[in-house]
Amino acid sequence: MTPSELRVIANRIRRRDLQAVFEAGAGHIGGEMSVTDILTALYFRVLNIDPAHPDVPDRDRLVLSKGHTACALYVTLAEKGFIPKDEISTFLKPHSRLNGHPNRTKVPGVEANTGPLGHGLPIGVGMAMAAKLDKADWRTFVVTGDGEMQEGSNWEAIMAAAQFKLDNLTLIIDHNRLQQGARVADTNNVAPFAPKLEAFGWAVEEIDGHDMAAISAALDRGAITPGKPKCIVAHTFKGKGVSFMTDDVAWHHKVPSADQYKQAMRELEEAV
Amino acid sequence: MTIPVPPGQLYDCRDAFVATLEALAQKNSDIIAVCNDSVGSSKLGGFRDRWPDRLVNVGIAEQNMVGVGAGLANGGKIPFVCAASCFLTGRALEQIKADIAYTNTNVKLCGISSGMAYGELGPTHHSIEDFAWIRALPNIPVIAPADRAETIAAVEWSAQYEGPVFLRLSRVGVPDLLPEGHVFELGKANMLRDGTDLTIIANGVLTHRAMAAAQVLAARGVSARVLNMATVRPIDRDAVLAAANETGAILTCEEHTVFGGLGSAVAEVVVETRPVPMKLLGVPGIFAPTGSANFLLDEFGMSPEGIAASAAELMKKKA
Repeated sequence: MTPSELRVIANRIRRRDLQAVFEAGAGHIGGEMSVTDILTALYFRVLNIDPAHPDVPDRDRLVLSKGHTACALYVTLAEKGFIPKDEISTFLKPHSRLNGHPNRTKVPGVEANTGPLGHGLPIGVGMAMAAKLDKADWRTFVVTGDGEMQEGSNWEAIMAAAQFKLDNLTLIIDHNRLQQGARVADTNNVAPFAPKLEAFGWAVEEIDGHDMAAISAALDRGAITPGKPKCIVAHTFKGKGVSFMTDDVAWHHKVPSADQYKQAMRELEEAV
Repeated sequence: MTIPVPPGQLYDCRDAFVATLEALAQKNSDIIAVCNDSVGSSKLGGFRDRWPDRLVNVGIAEQNMVGVGAGLANGGKIPFVCAASCFLTGRALEQIKADIAYTNTNVKLCGISSGMAYGELGPTHHSIEDFAWIRALPNIPVIAPADRAETIAAVEWSAQYEGPVFLRLSRVGVPDLLPEGHVFELGKANMLRDGTDLTIIANGVLTHRAMAAAQVLAARGVSARVLNMATVRPIDRDAVLAAANETGAILTCEEHTVFGGLGSAVAEVVVETRPVPMKLLGVPGIFAPTGSANFLLDEFGMSPEGIAASAAELMKKKA
């Protein structure tokens, strides 16, 4: 799929996500807008997966460790055909499969029940080890937030991935520079990521996390360094695609008013 | 499988654990051992020598260790995640909750040297909260074998069970109690001795002490039933109800705080079905003083004499 085709899908996912958050009256729209291009490239260009057979052993794995952006994942899974598109309207409703954080035992295509931060990368390390033990060539991808990298468990996993030479593992850091309450730099400045990950023995690539061609190239199998796990530092914007949300910490989990919703939707429609 | 042990000797059940694990791993290449630099204390040296690629030592990093277990299970493996129980359950509790229990992942959590096995090393190394922590989580059976035969049976059962398990294993020597070839049934207590005056319920390293206490009581004309309750969750409600109905008093003994462990699990059934007088023996809500595991169990009233004395007190409360 070409970058322009991916952009069209990503725009559709953003609009559906915006609508779902507006109708549910809750969600994490800022981080959903920042991660949407990454998820789109993964699901529509990179991942070897089959919505009709979500559990085949040799599928690629994606763990969305920043589980609070579940709505973007649900919309992407629906767009890909894992769940019915009309099910998105049940987001956060009583007894819906689609709660605020993804659940593998309920939603096909979800690989891990994330939510508490710093859980996805250790799980991804285990997945990559399983593939190595089987000499299988399926790949594991983990998407974390940048503030999430403040969790110590990530660094335990980073050490293990290098020690076990897991070149079938790719970590994508959604580096939007904002965490829930403030800028990462003003909270506990874990950035810059590239020199840290390199010091821990990883191959690192920095990209524009909204450039579909760059995302696709970085995720390509040909971009693997043999013997090293890979980290893609994806420079993104929280609230990407909506002018008044972009790079504004207030939109971590704020819900748009009716007027804001109309404006945001108009901006996204005009961007198609 | 069976492991010969000379009669009368006390046995370190870690040996039965690893012998069984290796026998299972020989037959099933999906069985993986995961540990946190605990190759020695988990007795995984033999496993490592036989299958170096299938021994995943993540170093001193318990949160990653449990997450790696979840990922290996997602990839079709059957990981036995082995670590000192205090670190496995304390350091990685959120991973156990989210990655193992909530995700209902096929990971076998093996809490080694549980309870007060580390004795003199002190309360940082005691694991006397793990029943309470893990049995509060849905989906994970909580199992504390009492001896060699039950350890073998519980490990074999865990390997074939599709889902998470918490195995609580000790290093404190225990005598043989259950018959050779014992078959483990989840949620089923074993009546090791029938009695009519009261029931003593125990598991793990306390079961043989409960049996010795029953002998002390018998010499005094008191007939004590002894239930070995290896499964703390799901608890054997039928056995508890029968004990309440048929003996009228229940004394629990555990190498665990009395807040939220085996005694609490039994009491939850008793108060809902057939209230009878109970006494909960265990660590009485304090950090233990210095001493070996066996010293501390005696100190907290769980020598055979101590258990018998508590039984006598409890009997006075019977209607």
